[in-house]
Amino acid sequence: MIAHAIFFYIFSIIAIISAIMVTVSKNTVHSVFFLILDFISISCLFIMIGAEFLGMIMLIVYVGAVAVLFLFVVMMLNVAQQTNQWFISKESSRHIPVGLLISVIIFFELIIVIGGWKYKPDLFNSENLFIKQEISNTHSLGQVLYTDYIHIFQISGMILLVAMIGAIVLTFRQRKGVKKQSYLKQISRERIEGVEVLEVASNKGVKIDD
Amino acid sequence: MIEIGLGHYLTLGAIIFSIGIIGIFLNRKNIIVILMSIELILLAVNINLVSFSIYLGDLTGQVFTLFILTVAAAEAAIGLAIIVVYFRNSGTIRVEEIDKLKG
Repeated sequence: MIAHAIFFYIFSIIAIISAIMVTVSKNTVHSVFFLILDFISISCLFIMIGAEFLGMIMLIVYVGAVAVLFLFVVMMLNVAQQTNQWFISKESSRHIPVGLLISVIIFFELIIVIGGWKYKPDLFNSENLFIKQEISNTHSLGQVLYTDYIHIFQISGMILLVAMIGAIVLTFRQRKGVKKQSYLKQISRERIEGVEVLEVASNKGVKIDD
Repeated sequence: MIEIGLGHYLTLGAIIFSIGIIGIFLNRKNIIVILMSIELILLAVNINLVSFSIYLGDLTGQVFTLFILTVAAAEAAIGLAIIVVYFRNSGTIRVEEIDKLKG
């Protein structure tokens, strides 16, 4: 139990500090790296409390895909070399107290809700969804995901498909002046267009392609 | 303090949620940091769902965390594509200089 507490505090402190660094660091590339650190520590927490499958999936999806996507865009747009100043003018720092106030209010509201939170023990009566101790986390998720939640699962696949098509359509552009193969033109070429039989006169030669 | 309960995890989620909101409000840099703050907020929601799922012994929270993960990945892809298109058209993604809509 003490080891649980020690690891919880270590990982949560790393997560909170790196979340703060995501918002305040001046270099965007550093923000992305701190975001990666944040996701790694939170997935360690997930693995620690017994949601191993979600922790590993979070490592794969966020660190492997989303964070690398962010890094890619940051490097492609060359925003890391733009000057990232915090308070450019008096006017631009005007709304900072308002933002701090709103987020502090939201934080204390959440703390108040959590502090007074209790639940009735007989609130849950869904017997088939209880976590069984004898089979692993991945096994029990798989048993539920492909039977009870199959429609939502397929809808989430459709969401990913739409996102993929949308991203391709948004960023696709046709450039002018780039030479490309035209397959239809190549295939539909006939002998008549390509070959010409000429009568070659003696001592005069042939003028080609005039 | 030693006994780690549900309240500790919910407090961690609340702190990360608030930091994400601060990141959206205080941002004077480029929009990519705002997208990262949105990812932080979704992460806080995931922490809440998983900790409720573990401590109440109900698997539904973890299933829905999977779906939130899907939506977050789709949102990041679309948002970054929009940012790339905007940068191509206007040459900047600083928050202050994006004022086409005169808002």
